[in-house]
Amino acid sequence: MSLLLLLEQTLNGIQFGVFLFMISAGLTLVLGIMNVVNLAHGSFYMLGAYYAATIMAWTGSFILALVIMLPAMLITGIVVEVLVLRTMYERDHMDQVLATFGLILFFNEAVRMIWGAESMPMDIPAFLSGHVDFIPDAPYPIFRIAIIIAGLLVAALLYVMITRSRTGMLIRAGASNRPMVGALGVNIRMLYMVVFGMGAVLAGFSGLMAGPILSVEPGMGEDMLILAFVVIVIGGIGSIRGAVVASIIVGIFETVGRSILPALLTQLMSSDAAQSMGPAMSSMLIYIFMAAVLFFRPEGLFPARTG
Amino acid sequence: MKIKFIAMTAALAMTATPVMAKTIKIGFINTFSGGAAIYGKHQKDALELALDHKGRKIGGLDVEVIYGDDQRKPDVGRQVAAKMLQKDKVDVVSGIIWSNILAAVQKMVVRDKTFMITTNAGWSHMAGKGCNPYFFSTSWNNDQSPEAMGKLMQDEKIDNVFLISANYQAGKDMLTGFMRNYKGKIAGRILYRLGQRDYQAELSQIRAAKPNAIFGFVPGGMGVAFGKQYRAAGMHKTIPFYSVFTIDYLSMPGWGKNAIGTYSTAYWDVSSKRPDNQKFINDFKKKYGYHPSLFAAQAYDLPFLLEYAVSAVKGDLSNKKGMIKAMEKVTYLPTKGKFSYNTNHMPIQNFYKRKVVADANGDPQVVTESVVLRDHKDAYYKQCKMRRP
Amino acid sequence: MMSRAKILCLLIGFLVLVAIPPATTALDADFYMGLAARMMIFAIAAVSLDLLLGYGGMVSFGHAAYLGTGSYAVAILAFYGITDGFLQFAVAVGASALVALIIGFICLRTKGVYFIMITLALTQMLYFLGISLEEYGGDDGINTDRSEFFEWFDLGDDTNLYYLILFFLVLSLWISWRLINSRFGMVIRGSQSNDDRMQAIGFPTFRYKLTMFVIAGVICGVAGFLLANLTEFVTPEYMHWFRSGEIMIMVLVGGMGTLFGPVFGAIAYLLFEEVISDFTEHWMIIFGPILVLLVLFARKGVWGMLPGRERGDD
Repeated sequence: MSLLLLLEQTLNGIQFGVFLFMISAGLTLVLGIMNVVNLAHGSFYMLGAYYAATIMAWTGSFILALVIMLPAMLITGIVVEVLVLRTMYERDHMDQVLATFGLILFFNEAVRMIWGAESMPMDIPAFLSGHVDFIPDAPYPIFRIAIIIAGLLVAALLYVMITRSRTGMLIRAGASNRPMVGALGVNIRMLYMVVFGMGAVLAGFSGLMAGPILSVEPGMGEDMLILAFVVIVIGGIGSIRGAVVASIIVGIFETVGRSILPALLTQLMSSDAAQSMGPAMSSMLIYIFMAAVLFFRPEGLFPARTG
Repeated sequence: MKIKFIAMTAALAMTATPVMAKTIKIGFINTFSGGAAIYGKHQKDALELALDHKGRKIGGLDVEVIYGDDQRKPDVGRQVAAKMLQKDKVDVVSGIIWSNILAAVQKMVVRDKTFMITTNAGWSHMAGKGCNPYFFSTSWNNDQSPEAMGKLMQDEKIDNVFLISANYQAGKDMLTGFMRNYKGKIAGRILYRLGQRDYQAELSQIRAAKPNAIFGFVPGGMGVAFGKQYRAAGMHKTIPFYSVFTIDYLSMPGWGKNAIGTYSTAYWDVSSKRPDNQKFINDFKKKYGYHPSLFAAQAYDLPFLLEYAVSAVKGDLSNKKGMIKAMEKVTYLPTKGKFSYNTNHMPIQNFYKRKVVADANGDPQVVTESVVLRDHKDAYYKQCKMRRP
Repeated sequence: MMSRAKILCLLIGFLVLVAIPPATTALDADFYMGLAARMMIFAIAAVSLDLLLGYGGMVSFGHAAYLGTGSYAVAILAFYGITDGFLQFAVAVGASALVALIIGFICLRTKGVYFIMITLALTQMLYFLGISLEEYGGDDGINTDRSEFFEWFDLGDDTNLYYLILFFLVLSLWISWRLINSRFGMVIRGSQSNDDRMQAIGFPTFRYKLTMFVIAGVICGVAGFLLANLTEFVTPEYMHWFRSGEIMIMVLVGGMGTLFGPVFGAIAYLLFEEVISDFTEHWMIIFGPILVLLVLFARKGVWGMLPGRERGDD
């Protein structure tokens, strides 16, 4: 493998990592602050993509899709919070897992009934299509660069909001001592509702960015959900910094791993066996990596201060 | 009172007796829920349309179809099949999209001496060592479409091809089939993870290998994602995409314009002007509002195949020998046109080169360009030792 | 002490299970015998998972791993022509014990959400491993024959298999009952309510929990052994994370932390799936909200709702 290709694959890995971060951010926020395991996060990601694809099909505008999708996701998130999640805060994780598992089943089937079982069309908007050549002979899609920029913006925004703003301060306080903040006259209910809604918006936003290059279809969130969980567990639950680092690591691991592993294995065994072992091993690689991290650091790379 | 009673019993007797023998029960197992439910939708719609066209009768018998959802899980499929055999006492078990579900179901069906007619799954075992008198197919063997593709690329002297397929059994079968007829250079080979959605790493690898073309098996949503990224990377301009079971009317809504300019091989001559074929396509579009896929075509043929069997035995469904004999002699089905059954009960049929072009509105449309393999037999039939009942 | 209603319920339930094979044969409804056998197998899996969830406070989201391990033990041995039931059983038990030991050793160092997620991830890893086992069918799965025990006990006969499954169900309930009420069980239950305190008293809870984890894995591995025999077919699908979720739902529906609850949960879940999927192919849209409602309002499960002390019957 040439050095240029390795460079390109590393870039691919970083881009995939940034994309993973976008999905993981909302999940780690909800889990870290509210201590709620929300499997339906993948469903929000799917809904975001479907909302956006629908609006794009009507209006043809990606910007309009973004502008309408975000509040729509906020409302969806809040409705789910009020109807289901609100009663779940005091419950143990197992109850949360099962109830949100029920939500996954519901949303997948609802999407199938409303939009049909086939993939829904969604194209790259004209102003983000095309590619640039910053690695020789390897034109890079502009939309993927847009994903990297969007992901960095999300990270910066979250960082500023949580560490610098009053809301962020309340959120952090509420996470460490809920009754105390409540006693100080802060409406914790409202706060949690907003945080959960924000989680849904973040998931929906990554769905919007995924739509034009991945496939918009029922159940599209499940695969990503598991990867997102891997990311936040490696990074340390509730830690945005951890999520950034872990998603980039996982992204590079996944991407570079699956492109060089078959080649490496060919040195060790017959080409045929290597060809089929390679992908199998690379799909297990991140899980092994996660197990290794948790074995030595049971609370992830960057344990958040609060449980 | 008495007269009324007698009249009632008479009426009952009249309705009761004919019903007993005059219904053929078809158990149709398919994937109706979960991520792959689209296959079930196409096949069910097509089967219903076929029954409409046949006036809801097969060989003079009423038809009862019992639909069963396998949820794409082999053990659930087996459970559904057991119910159809033991509770509903069906005469035919049909449908079945996936090889692994066929593998789980077929044994119990044929052991029960019930007909097992696959409308899709092309598990090679059934064409070779596992062949059975009660097993028939309205589709193909897994290897055949890629065999046609290998022949096509060989004939067109497209050298230096990059292969990409999913890392599971059917995916590997596709490459095996392709290599049977393709003798040129291989630029590289990738088996991606089943269910993968991001192919940027693979695309980089393909481009670095500088192939003249790609041969791919990237079905369903995976293909839709692959298509978008392939186009976004601008590779459609330099490296053409040849595929099997990847681009068809089933995945077309997701592929959209990305599909234009790609090539595939398949058994169904979708452009055929044969009236039966046109009637199927037009009525299907009219009734359901979307274009039928080749999966729909396979299911549409099922009642027509059974028609031959049931009329040959004059509605006596217990005469299984007669039914088997009649089906073996079938040489025409509406969407297939002329074909014949091989000794292993797999169709001997043509395979076509298909291209996706833009129609008058700029929408993608599949057209067949030429015959690649004429009267093609699968690679396994010689291993089949059919033991007749 | 159990309430009279519960004892009556168990007695009737047991008699029904015993009577199913002759009844279904007489009525020519073999299908229901197969369904009941399937229910009992998942009941065994659910009982074993409840040992972790309900008593050990270990929320394992990867219990399907052992279902897969047990069933692959049968299929892989049969693939090499080894059909001896005793050997297959021994390998199924040994393999699931080993897998549980490794997974448990890694996972039990973590707590809470980390534990849930790492069990999920490791099981998903096994699922991908199953898919890539080309030799043994990969994603297609692999056909297998029934295990062979004695001349006079032919497992090929559905009734024999049925009673073998019933035997193992009763056995696994008995083992669970003995475990929970032993000193060992008390330590486990103690560590569920306060792990630190148990450690402070001087119990090495990690070792205790790991042992429990392995026992639960082995019982579920036996369920896998039986499942392979019932379906005569093994597939990586048995290890998919949705399957782990289903077993978890069975425990919840039946009643967590009760001995017999999971049995009723498995029966209720599979019966519901059977009935409702006949009714509409969109059954998930009904089932999803029902699951949410069950979590919200019926924490005690079917079994817990019968009169009697809440946790006393264990």
